[in-house]
Amino acid sequence: MISNLINRKLITLFKVQYSNMLEYRVEIALWAISGIIPFFMLNIWTNNNLNESINISDVMLSRYFLCAFFVRQFSVVWVVFSFEEDSLMGKVSPYLIQPLNPFFRYFAQHIAEQITRFPFALIIAFFFFIFNPESIWIPNLGILLLSIVSTFLSFLIQFLIQSIVACLCFWTEKASSIERLLFIPTLFLSGLLAPVVSFPAYVKSWIYLTPFPYLIDFPANLLSGNETNISGGLSMQILWIFVLFPLFKKIWSEGTKKYTAMGS
Amino acid sequence: MNLRKYLEVYNKFLHTSLASELEYKTNILIDLITAILSLIGSIFLLSIFFQNNGYIGGWKFEQALIIQAIYTILNGITNTWFNPNLTEIVKHIREGTLDFVLLKPIDSQFFISLKKINPSGILEIILGFFLLFFCIKINQINLNLSFLTLSLITISCSICILYSLWFFISTTTIWFVKTWNAIEVLRSFLYIGRFPLNSFSFSLRVFFSIFIPITFITTIPSEVFLGLSQVWKILLEVFVATVFLVTSRKFWLFALKFYSSASS
Repeated sequence: MISNLINRKLITLFKVQYSNMLEYRVEIALWAISGIIPFFMLNIWTNNNLNESINISDVMLSRYFLCAFFVRQFSVVWVVFSFEEDSLMGKVSPYLIQPLNPFFRYFAQHIAEQITRFPFALIIAFFFFIFNPESIWIPNLGILLLSIVSTFLSFLIQFLIQSIVACLCFWTEKASSIERLLFIPTLFLSGLLAPVVSFPAYVKSWIYLTPFPYLIDFPANLLSGNETNISGGLSMQILWIFVLFPLFKKIWSEGTKKYTAMGS
Repeated sequence: MNLRKYLEVYNKFLHTSLASELEYKTNILIDLITAILSLIGSIFLLSIFFQNNGYIGGWKFEQALIIQAIYTILNGITNTWFNPNLTEIVKHIREGTLDFVLLKPIDSQFFISLKKINPSGILEIILGFFLLFFCIKINQINLNLSFLTLSLITISCSICILYSLWFFISTTTIWFVKTWNAIEVLRSFLYIGRFPLNSFSFSLRVFFSIFIPITFITTIPSEVFLGLSQVWKILLEVFVATVFLVTSRKFWLFALKFYSSASS
């Protein structure tokens, strides 16, 4: 009964958000284009033969960066920016009255945006293959499913982290600057700009204990067929979700008690 | 053009926007930490590239650091002036408040380009200068008058180009209303400016010299610092900067003809 209700609510939310997102196709296309930094990095790597030192062939490296691009496309999270705006404008108040946690609304927004984004990401990949025809490959179905799961888990980790940051809006109003701070390690340590295997040993010794390599490096390695520890990576992702979820619930319940309905 | 009046007005702008930004003191601190981390991150990335190679695109590590320094300074300038002001244009146009700007007895481009200031960007500029002085020391660059004038000229030209690019995209808001994401695309392209242009493949080099002149923004000033730059390159940069400034001005005046205010 309860799960049925949640399902119905969620599906309605998804439908509403999907048609909403379809309105902004051009913006989403532009957003997809803004994610092409991994390709520039690939260009530096292969153009200077830097990959020889880390024992990855040109083809494998280009597949890695293509997958990094894909994983990034489907794990972009901006919940803190939406929530900050809603909270400053006082829009959170009506959401709080509804018998559904407002974060479900943002969650549906993100999923709907990813579905809208999918064709654009495919087009970019298509152009990538035109320029790099030798890197075309077809991952087997099992690997494909596993990497979709791990990309989704990566999205969930980032969504939870950002939701925790977003809840800080209840205390500080401008939580997005904290998010920008957290984005820096995500950018440099997640494997978006350079695969984690290429990192110096003094970083590699501790980085696998942090959530960062599981955000992009792990799913991208999995999908591109580079060497990676599949069960280890997936269990670390799940572990981080189990750590972050209770934290989010705690900060949410504390924060809603603090809420003062600004702007209304 | 009454220069004195404009200076006075700018003084007032500075006063009001500083007063409002200093309301969020912890934010400024967080932004400073973000800027420092981001610089550490990019030096870390650069060190990965140079791990097993002495040269990248003909640049040594110490020389490539100059590019980082100049990028950091320019990024600081972007964050101090361009980003807060030009994202405001989007708001002005969406809410129709551009009417009030146009009615003021002052140049509209001056008003919308310099109204706001974000003090945390200034800290980034200072950070960039520290790195630049450090680079001058480790590269044993002789400071003399002609060198100083040349570097000042090239850096001011870079600032002009950068400003024009930002202003150009923000101006398109008059037609497209939502251009947040176009700005994101520009940002991701500008990211390339952190690396020497020669480290990219030929086609990308052409793209980044002709379509989006990122070469002119960071690489040419850095070459001046190293004493590698030819006179024609500097002259070309001055020319490109002038063309960009004049075009962006013309484009703004042209676009204003199409401005039809909001909800009217």
